Amino acid sequence: MFHEPSVSAGKDPAQNYKMRLGVWMVLSYSLFYAGFVAINLLRPMLMEKTICGGLNLATVYGFALIGVALVQALVYNALCNARERKLDVPQAPAEGR
Amino acid sequence: MAIFVFLSFVLFVLGLSFYLGSKTKTSSGYYAAGGQIHWAVNGIAFAGDYLSAASFLGICGMIATAGYDGFLYSIGYLAGWIVALFVVAEPMKRLGKYTFTDAIDSKYNSRGIKLAAALSTLVVSICYLIPQMVGAGVLVQPLLGLDHYWGVIMVGAIVITIVATAGMASTTYVQFLKGALLIVFSTVLVVAVCLRGFNPRPDQGGRVPFHEPVVLAAQGEGAQLAVTDPGWSVVEVKGVPAAQHAFARLNRGGQETWWLVDAGPAGTRLVEIQSDVATPDGRRLINGAPASKDNALRQVGNLESLRGDTEMPRGAVSPVGLLSALSDRDTRIRRWKEVRFGDADGAKVTAYYPASTPGNLFMRPGLKFKVQGTPLEKFDFISLMLALFLGTAALPHILIRYYTVPSPASARKSTIVAIAAIGFFYILTLFMGSGAAINGVLNPADSNMAAPLLARSFGELLFAVISAIAFATVLGTVSGLIVAASGAVAHDFCDRFLNLGMDDRTKIRAGKISAFVIGAIAIVLGILFKGINVTFLVGLAFAVAASANLPAILMLLFWKRTTAKGIVASIFVGIVASLGLILFSPELYKLYGLDPASAPVPFSNPGIVSIPLSFIALVVVSLLTPKRAPGEPARAARR
Repeated sequence: MFHEPSVSAGKDPAQNYKMRLGVWMVLSYSLFYAGFVAINLLRPMLMEKTICGGLNLATVYGFALIGVALVQALVYNALCNARERKLDVPQAPAEGR
Repeated sequence: MAIFVFLSFVLFVLGLSFYLGSKTKTSSGYYAAGGQIHWAVNGIAFAGDYLSAASFLGICGMIATAGYDGFLYSIGYLAGWIVALFVVAEPMKRLGKYTFTDAIDSKYNSRGIKLAAALSTLVVSICYLIPQMVGAGVLVQPLLGLDHYWGVIMVGAIVITIVATAGMASTTYVQFLKGALLIVFSTVLVVAVCLRGFNPRPDQGGRVPFHEPVVLAAQGEGAQLAVTDPGWSVVEVKGVPAAQHAFARLNRGGQETWWLVDAGPAGTRLVEIQSDVATPDGRRLINGAPASKDNALRQVGNLESLRGDTEMPRGAVSPVGLLSALSDRDTRIRRWKEVRFGDADGAKVTAYYPASTPGNLFMRPGLKFKVQGTPLEKFDFISLMLALFLGTAALPHILIRYYTVPSPASARKSTIVAIAAIGFFYILTLFMGSGAAINGVLNPADSNMAAPLLARSFGELLFAVISAIAFATVLGTVSGLIVAASGAVAHDFCDRFLNLGMDDRTKIRAGKISAFVIGAIAIVLGILFKGINVTFLVGLAFAVAASANLPAILMLLFWKRTTAKGIVASIFVGIVASLGLILFSPELYKLYGLDPASAPVPFSNPGIVSIPLSFIALVVVSLLTPKRAPGEPARAARR
């Protein structure tokens, strides 16, 4: 007995593109995140250095990790939408069984 | 006021559940809200689901007591959504039906996967439930004046009602409402903190007089210690290696109190601390007098100086100005630490003592996670950051929310809304936590109440609203967890693993019974784990999820050689390794009342060991087993 999805999504010709794009985006964000961890371990004193507006590197880097996540998410969505439009992927599939 | 706001909110939530429950007739409606939730609503519901007691109570509390180290959790929790969005969201939606198990098993139809994934969902959900229930107990104490266990029982009862009436539909709208309210009122709280600005002697707007610890001059040390003021006599001096300090028990007029011995180059002085003493004859003394409603631990946490100035400027400060001033090396924040020891008469003493911390240390990692410590401490830090990054995308109660929207594109868009809402909230945590650290609101015995107590310093109305939202925070997350766990028992285990051939009505009934049993288990665990920082416990749940589930999800998507047996091995190895390492870790040894140094596992965050082990198990077993069991048809062939 196989178990079908709750709604039928239909075939998605943009699937491979989105998967590749997602992997590259995760890898690039991972490097940014790893940089934060690495500075804390290798040069922790650097984290208390004032960077801008009186804020130290720890605060700026922490906020940047949150901000960059949102920017990447928006870019990813825009690129996926563009590819789905180009390949005419249905956005509102028929309701499941 | 507080009770009225709180009860109104609870009644509204219950009314909504009964209304939606009357419309829920199918198992799809019960487990996945019919798959027809709008992506924007689902995105905020994601935030409501995800921003648990750990985020609101735990992170704010940890920032208030350990500075920037608490904010590491905010960063890690948010970063995990990147993995969820880019790798997991759309495939999970495409492959699954009601539960995480459906997606993992979609290519294999394996009884082993059904059992392993259902067990994993149950284990992760229960690990995650414990801190939520602990948070509920913490909340009702100042709000309703009830004991911790009553808060746990109340949450358990309300959540069982919510889930048992309408399942995912009511859960979704409770989470949506709570997510939106949490973000709005956290913003209000941060604005209030900035408008209040700095005060070296915070008095909660005139409500609670500030108490400056008394300092006594002394001579000598050890057994020869003597107080200069003849009104005081030294009863005993106790060296406490865990605190790297000695503490003195002094007597004045028959009342005994504990003091911190501060031996500096200018001479010895004794600094007033707070103490909670359990005597051998069963009495409980707070600061030397019997514990009572009127004699409780004083609220603490204040600035000693701001940029070297003890008479700091008053008035509103900008958000950047607040963090900038707190980061300065000449700013000093008075934090309060806790240590336990026994006295000469056999009493158990819990001492809360002040520690002056420079701003530059408070506002960077290092106070809790020793990034400048031993290799093992650094290893622990890496392990925590790894588990937080990889855990989000493997949490079953988050993954099931992908089944409540109508399409993979909606799953993607709702994740982006979630990232925006959750990211904004996590930025607010740094302001709420540091605001609590300097406004004299902290309960030294329990960091979890930092944010609600900060709200109370601005008046009863804000406290009532924030507490009701905090309670709703627990309700929203616990509802999601119980839906996920009951789905694992009723849908994955009973219906699919045992193949009981359940119809729609039976499936819903089985889900409701499971919700009741799991809710009851959560109540018991919530009472047993009282007093532990909730975000620390959630960090451990992330490690279990990342170890047990993520390798299976990623390899299923990206490695064609993955087999059903490989997935089963990966899940079991992930569960056993992560739970085993946690149970024998120093932090849990503290909980057992044992010496943390005697713990067989020398670190507290297991992810860096258990996640690779789970991957290795999957790869090795997959390579040793055939791709598909003989006679097992491919999914494509079935269609």
